[in-house]
Amino acid sequence: MELFLKIALAGLLLMMVWRLWPVAKDQMANGPKGTQSEWRGFAIILLLVIGFVMLLVALVRG
Amino acid sequence: MSQYISTARSQERVLETNKVLKNTYMLLAATLFFSAVMATVSIALQVPSWTYLASVIGAMVLGMFVLPKAARSANGIGVIFLITGLLGFGLGSILSMYLALPKGPQIIGTAFAGTGIIFLALSGYVLTSRKDFSFLGGFLFAGMVAVIVAIVASLFLQMPALSMALSAAIILLMSGFILFDTSRIINGGETNYIMATYGIYLSIFNIFISLLHLLGIASDD
Repeated sequence: MELFLKIALAGLLLMMVWRLWPVAKDQMANGPKGTQSEWRGFAIILLLVIGFVMLLVALVRG
Repeated sequence: MSQYISTARSQERVLETNKVLKNTYMLLAATLFFSAVMATVSIALQVPSWTYLASVIGAMVLGMFVLPKAARSANGIGVIFLITGLLGFGLGSILSMYLALPKGPQIIGTAFAGTGIIFLALSGYVLTSRKDFSFLGGFLFAGMVAVIVAIVASLFLQMPALSMALSAAIILLMSGFILFDTSRIINGGETNYIMATYGIYLSIFNIFISLLHLLGIASDD
């Protein structure tokens, strides 16, 4: 049962990739480009998320 | 005269954006509550673990083939409740497994609180700063493709390191999607509140599941 479900899920996920790939290619080629400061701001947000997740991990390990 | 028309149009746009935002958060709250109810039902029924995979497949089929068309009419609300109800029901089987662990309730509570804080902080940041995160589109969609390929591999390869790295990557990717989706709503890029809710709901759901997985591994349970 579980193997059948895994194969079905893998098929759906690959179908999703097939549909997402042109969108991703178009976004990378024609989508708005961020400035250096915008990317830096985004990197800081991601670092804060990483720090927060590490704090949660430490809390659970406590 | 043209200045008055332009001002009236921009006011109209702001009103429309605020309406989409309000409807999105109301529907998001309702769908999250419905998912929680369905998860409780699933825990009470003690459904088997494969229910999660079956629910995800059902929700994906509805989300890929039914919702995009249904979201243009009121039927979309029924479909989104069906999707979120299915995901909530599937989540119940995962939560049952965690509840059986010694630190299970603590892990679930921490993952729940952590997801809420990440979502509120990120969406609150976009709503107050009103920054445009549309530049993330290419990065997020390419990242999504890479993560999906890795998920397919991890379905059949039992590699704990890969699944742990995937959970961490999903949390970061979904955090980016919360910024991107919220920014699209406030900048008028998304005018359909049902599709907006679906996007944000999936980000929250994926962050919760990934956080649950990471915390489960970290607690040595």
